[in-house]
Amino acid sequence: MCGVCGCGSDNKGPRVMLPNEQEHQHAHSHEHGHDHSHSHHHHSHEHHHAHGQDHSHEHGHHHHGHTHSHGKQAVVELEQNILHHNQLLAERNRGYFAAKNMLAVNLVSSPGSGKTAILERTLQDMKERADFYVIEGDQQTFNDADRIDAIGVPVVQVNTGQGCHLESDMVQTALQKLKPRDNSLLFIENVGNLVCPSMFDLGENQRVVIISVTEGDDKPIKYPDMFHSSQLCLINKIDLLPYVNFDVDKAKEYARRVNPDIKLLEVSATAGTGLEAWYDWLLAEQQKLL
Amino acid sequence: MHEMSIALGVVNIADKAFQEAKAQRIDSITLEIGQLAGIQLESLYFVWPAAVEGTVLQGAERIIEEREGRALCLECEREFTLQHHFDACPHCNGYFKKIIAGKELNVKSLAFTLAEEAAPAPSKTR
Repeated sequence: MCGVCGCGSDNKGPRVMLPNEQEHQHAHSHEHGHDHSHSHHHHSHEHHHAHGQDHSHEHGHHHHGHTHSHGKQAVVELEQNILHHNQLLAERNRGYFAAKNMLAVNLVSSPGSGKTAILERTLQDMKERADFYVIEGDQQTFNDADRIDAIGVPVVQVNTGQGCHLESDMVQTALQKLKPRDNSLLFIENVGNLVCPSMFDLGENQRVVIISVTEGDDKPIKYPDMFHSSQLCLINKIDLLPYVNFDVDKAKEYARRVNPDIKLLEVSATAGTGLEAWYDWLLAEQQKLL
Repeated sequence: MHEMSIALGVVNIADKAFQEAKAQRIDSITLEIGQLAGIQLESLYFVWPAAVEGTVLQGAERIIEEREGRALCLECEREFTLQHHFDACPHCNGYFKKIIAGKELNVKSLAFTLAEEAAPAPSKTR
């Protein structure tokens, strides 16, 4: 079973592709699934029944005698974090970013709040001032990667299939394809979803949550986990304020209730409002690494 | 629905421990889940049967120990219990706080029935 979504088949699992690879996915169906789905398919029954002889799985474990009780029952205290595997790989990604002096920013929001629009505008305005790379996460399509590719910034698209969030192994695979330079700035645009991505550390330095004024101003308390785990909140589409029933002060107050340390900036990606403060924040965060 | 990822993470952990213990069967698994961990228990119950089907956890009893959320108020420095991230300190109504418990998301323990042979031969074949 696919570990991301629980769908029964391998070829619906995550796919990680560069823009020039997107035709291959149809021509060569054997391409996908080998290198990134391994961690989700370790079911014991496959080992026992798939092979005529299972001797190769037996060795190496015989010295684990610690749990034998006098009867036939035994209890093992594990105390192991369920997301341990994702956490370990996230720390590896973090080490990779640190070694290369990279700032990695995980962009999270609900669908339609303007993540990609902010990203496009930021790359257009800033690409001469810093070295950018982008990992695009979506369930399906190459649309977002095409938008970034058109700006001339290196991009890798991750299609999670039915999956609702990016995991750290997908970022690792994407980094192997991107091969970013030292001192660069990486944007990871997560799958549009305010719930699930909050639980999955990708190894990023900063998590930025985006809400727009066309949503409810109580988003921060409706989806507290995401706001609790983010360092910066961008309130987007601020140019539409005259037309919508959104109380900016109330939204900020709610965000601070959930996370007193969160920074808040009002922006409009299309009108260009407030973007300098966002760019300053990015460059300041990058400076901190040097 | 990240609960499916969570459930399959549990299956992976249980499978590894099962192989190491050379157990015959897993009787029960105990999970420790904090109320601020971001897990909807109803969703976890919903995906559980599909996640464990055909694995070492099929038929195993699932025990969930919930942990309540606790925070330290950074204004008045007193501890309090909270249901949500945005709850205020009941003593001073401040929102500046540090979460100190309730984010747990662990496989706490596994109960096995062991195989008949206490020490199976390393190169045993079928």
